[in-house]
Amino acid sequence: MKYESPKTTKEAAQLLAKAKGEARVLAGGTDLLVQMKSGAVEPDLLVDIKRIKATQEIKKKDGAFEIGASVPGMALRDHKALSKAWPGVVEAANLIGSDQVQGRCTMAGNLCNASPAADSVPALVAAKAKAKVVGPDGRRTVPVEKIPTGPGSTSLKKGEIIESISLPKRPARSGDAYLRFIPRTEMDIAVCSAGVNLTLSPSGVIKDARVAVGAVAPTVVLANKAAKAIIGTKLDDEALAKLAKEVEKVCSPIDDKRGTIEFRTEVAGVLARRAAKIAYERAGGK
Amino acid sequence: MSSVTVSTTVNGDAVQFVCPADEPLLDVLRNRLGLTGAKEGCGTGDCGACSVTVDGTLVCSCLVLGAEVEGREVETVEGMADGDELHPLQRKFIEHAALQCGICTPGFLIAAQALLEHNPDPTEKEVRYALAGNLCRCTGYDKIVKAVLDAGKEMRKAKSSKKR
Ligand SMILES: Cc1cc2nc3c(=O)[nH]c(=O)nc-3n(C[C@H](O)[C@H](O)[C@H](O)COP(=O)(O)OP(=O)(O)OC[C@H]3O[C@@H](n4cnc5c(N)ncnc54)[C@H](O)[C@@H]3O)c2cc1C
Ligand code: FES
Ligand code: FES
Repeated sequence: MKYESPKTTKEAAQLLAKAKGEARVLAGGTDLLVQMKSGAVEPDLLVDIKRIKATQEIKKKDGAFEIGASVPGMALRDHKALSKAWPGVVEAANLIGSDQVQGRCTMAGNLCNASPAADSVPALVAAKAKAKVVGPDGRRTVPVEKIPTGPGSTSLKKGEIIESISLPKRPARSGDAYLRFIPRTEMDIAVCSAGVNLTLSPSGVIKDARVAVGAVAPTVVLANKAAKAIIGTKLDDEALAKLAKEVEKVCSPIDDKRGTIEFRTEVAGVLARRAAKIAYERAGGK
Repeated sequence: MSSVTVSTTVNGDAVQFVCPADEPLLDVLRNRLGLTGAKEGCGTGDCGACSVTVDGTLVCSCLVLGAEVEGREVETVEGMADGDELHPLQRKFIEHAALQCGICTPGFLIAAQALLEHNPDPTEKEVRYALAGNLCRCTGYDKIVKAVLDAGKEMRKAKSSKKR
């Protein structure tokens, strides 16, 4: 195996594109190095992207944020403006692992590892985040929900790298939240999860919303009908009940010792309801 | 396996080593540099026994490649004491009997040091969350948490008396 740490994304993309055999991007390594140790992945080339300047920064421009692909979870928490604008995204990313893992894990790595239970992904999908993808033939921008295509697989082509993830400008009276269920308080994988992002009108009526659920299908699911169920409401009990029902409809989870199908489905609805309440409060709704 | 030549700083000393490109930093520290403080409990990021800092950031050295630390600054438990004088955290761990077999101790010390640097006056709950990435199979954690809180107290006192 060879290890390279190029200085530009373009160089990294070219290294990956012309590699023979298995080539992988190395970000925080908290998934990849574990998979290499178990022998599940045996790369011939690792391209470390952490020395690429474009991946290292959190930039704010015209109210939008651009988060470099090698920015670790801990740096998100320490970024005051980002944490204030997108508390749901930051809390989701901060749920990943321990402080040790937070020093390394990235949201782009969480997205590209393509686990249906990835914690930052439902929050990113609800936030309408976009991935800036650099390949050997140029750049493209992709909604994050289009990146994972199933457990462990993505729509990225050979040589393509996510350089950064961007979060759109926030309208006034917006809020987001993410919740997961785990049987412990720390260091566990989501049994199911939900992210909600919404914007209110001056009178406190929800005028825009996005809802995404995790660990209840092969990929994170954007639940459009669930979002519609709360748009135009002040999140009264009826709207919340409808939200939960619509969330349940998009669930097709696996059945295992960590959670039965019935349990995951019902709890996903409950989490969506609770996350919606938190997001509504954060947006200034009463 | 191609190998890499790496120049880095470990506990303030300039160090050079050659290792296979896929060798974890933990193995470099233990087997090439003779620094056996960091331990391998799991090798998969779950137990924290291998905790070190790289450029001041707390990480599991089992989930960092040796190749990645070129030009960085690595700190391990061997660098905590000041000559013969133990770090307050080390002293408090002994005073509170916060260890039994001791396998987890270097990792806890490094993680606790990282916590107190970031948050010099943590609550008990904050200590427990910050150390959630460090597993101990002997002590039941209570004495470790007490030792960290007590060390924090002493370090705050030392700092404020220095200011005066
Ligand atoms: C102890 C422990 C606890 C954990 N707990 C959680 C948890 O609670 N929740 C959770 O969701 N995850 C958890 N994880 C998994 C992991 O930490 C996360 O998925 C993390 O976000 C991965 O990011 P990374 O930067 O380390 O990715 P890496 O391991 O570097 O990469 C992951 C995959 O994505 C690819 N990749 C990375 N970056 C890019 C890029 N920019 N462009 C293209 N491809 C890329 C890599 O090639 C690799 O296949 C845990 C892991 C450990 C070790
Ligand atoms: S050995 Fe590194 S976390 Fe267990
Ligand atoms: S003292 Fe034995 S594992 Fe902690």
